[in-house]
Amino acid sequence: MRLLHGWLSVPAASVVGMTRSHAIEAEGLVKHFGDTVAVDGVSFVVPEGSVLGLLGPNGAGKTTTVRMMTTLTRPTAGTGRVAGHDILTDPAAVRRSMGLTGQAATVDELLTGRENLRLIGSLYGLDPAYVRRASDELLERFSLTDAGDRTAKTYSGGMRRRLDLAVSLIATPPVLFLDEPTTGLDPRSRVELWEVLRELVADGTTLLLTTQYLEEADQLSDNIVVIDRGMVIAEGTPLQLKDQSGAAALVVTVSYSGDLQTAEALLRPHVREVHVDVGARQLTAPSEGLAHMTRVAGILDESGIVLDDIGLKRPSLDDVFLHLTGHRAEQEPDAGVEDDPTDPVDHADHVDQTAGGRAR
Amino acid sequence: MTTLERPEIRPTGLPAQSWAIARRNFLHIRRMPEMLMDVTIQPVMFVLLFAFVFGSSIEVATPAGYRAFLLPGIMAQTVAFASFIVAVGLTADLDKGIVDRMRSLPINPAAVLVGRSISSLAHASIGLVVMSLTGLLIGWRIHTDVFQAALGYVLLLGWGFAMIWVGIWVGSAMRSVEAVNGVMFATMFPITFLANTFAPTDQMPTVLRFIAEWNPISSLTQAVRVLWGNDQPLAEGAAFPMHHPIPFTIGWIVLITAVVAPLAIRTFRARTAD
Repeated sequence: MRLLHGWLSVPAASVVGMTRSHAIEAEGLVKHFGDTVAVDGVSFVVPEGSVLGLLGPNGAGKTTTVRMMTTLTRPTAGTGRVAGHDILTDPAAVRRSMGLTGQAATVDELLTGRENLRLIGSLYGLDPAYVRRASDELLERFSLTDAGDRTAKTYSGGMRRRLDLAVSLIATPPVLFLDEPTTGLDPRSRVELWEVLRELVADGTTLLLTTQYLEEADQLSDNIVVIDRGMVIAEGTPLQLKDQSGAAALVVTVSYSGDLQTAEALLRPHVREVHVDVGARQLTAPSEGLAHMTRVAGILDESGIVLDDIGLKRPSLDDVFLHLTGHRAEQEPDAGVEDDPTDPVDHADHVDQTAGGRAR
Repeated sequence: MTTLERPEIRPTGLPAQSWAIARRNFLHIRRMPEMLMDVTIQPVMFVLLFAFVFGSSIEVATPAGYRAFLLPGIMAQTVAFASFIVAVGLTADLDKGIVDRMRSLPINPAAVLVGRSISSLAHASIGLVVMSLTGLLIGWRIHTDVFQAALGYVLLLGWGFAMIWVGIWVGSAMRSVEAVNGVMFATMFPITFLANTFAPTDQMPTVLRFIAEWNPISSLTQAVRVLWGNDQPLAEGAAFPMHHPIPFTIGWIVLITAVVAPLAIRTFRARTAD
């Protein structure tokens, strides 16, 4: 395992203990800003070499959680460990073991790409010759070789993000925190950045990334922790979360809207209920599995109805999120808890306790 | 799973870290030489304006004339503006998240401030060199020995050091570069003009004269004038600090630093810790 290589080894105690496989652990993190509770008891673990997606709306407490884990902000209560080092008692060791890419690309605009890398490399105390070599490799890897000697001011948003990430990697930290790494990027740059992140993980880096994009969490994460109003409301693999949010649906799309009624009549005896969407020429019914779908397909086929499509639709993470947080609006407001001051989003209240894998 | 090379992270000290950050600030100046306007074109313009436009109507008893009288005043103003340079740079770094980026690295958090101070002091020193050369061109000379001449420059730089803390304080408290500019213009301009910097104080109305002569900037200006032989005989009724400008200047430097430095550090911590 990679953490055990080289200089940045984890303490011997954690090698034998259970913590060995956890590159990041948060234990009941709480952060108050005055009377405002930004984070209200967040715990999670990130196994070494895996990716945790911290998913939540604006102001849910994602950034504050990352700031606590990266020693930038001191928790009001709770603690955490990064690569086995306690964030409260050994922040210096935490800083040596991790890289952070903040929400805004914090590259120095007046410095060239190469100078940005060199600055951070020298602050890490890395050997100058190593920094030169690593800079070339990183610029190459992030498709910035041609731009390496231009000031970052001339970079596009995507290039700045990539440089920011490259800078975070100059000391090859085993643990990487990325706070909304693709916010503000166009779809193409986003997909490119995902590629780079996948490579890093393939190389054994442990990743914690925050995102508002469900798709991103779904694409990149091994595990997802959904937080809202400073609390973990669900966690699990993307698949588990999708399963929790309800059964899959059987969706039939007919080619001609004239066939809709016939199809509905044919379907009705075989499903519990059926919903007709005339505009989309779609029939939706609760799924009863693959065999059931094949049977239905056979029946429709025999009747001569032409289909555009038939399939099972799993709930997307968007559905999951709606399911997890959507109930809140129907509940009584939970007085006494205020919103994150930086958050323009109006939070409704109470969280569905049954929704999450480990609801709080 | 491939094995990446993990480079050795060598523990570095505060001096090396501060120097790396100062070097970055110097690179900024190289990229944007117009950042030096505040210590080059602006004070040169002041020298020329005062020496040739207002100077003819300002009476001084300095043997070498108004231009010799003027130079120490402009230099005092230039180093006072060092606070400006620090504040603007620090606020910009805080605003853009550069300070947070630095704080996430295994370095002494003070390196951010020390590095900024080194580069700002260097920045202000460029101003002193430019002022001295401009002065030499228009007839200003130092009439004393090397030791006193050097002491004059040391006092100016010491003043710049005290001003750095003012800059860190203001820079940590303000949310934008525009706010810094507003606050600094509104305070530093009156403070540096309501003094003996550009005109002798003995012609001022009594209240103004009292304020001007007790103004710390006046102590500095008077100290440098005395050390360089650019002073004129003290007018009757000159306030106490004008009679003992050198100890007063040293006292002000110590006092300002002792009062403002803890405030500055506390404000910077409060700004960055949460």
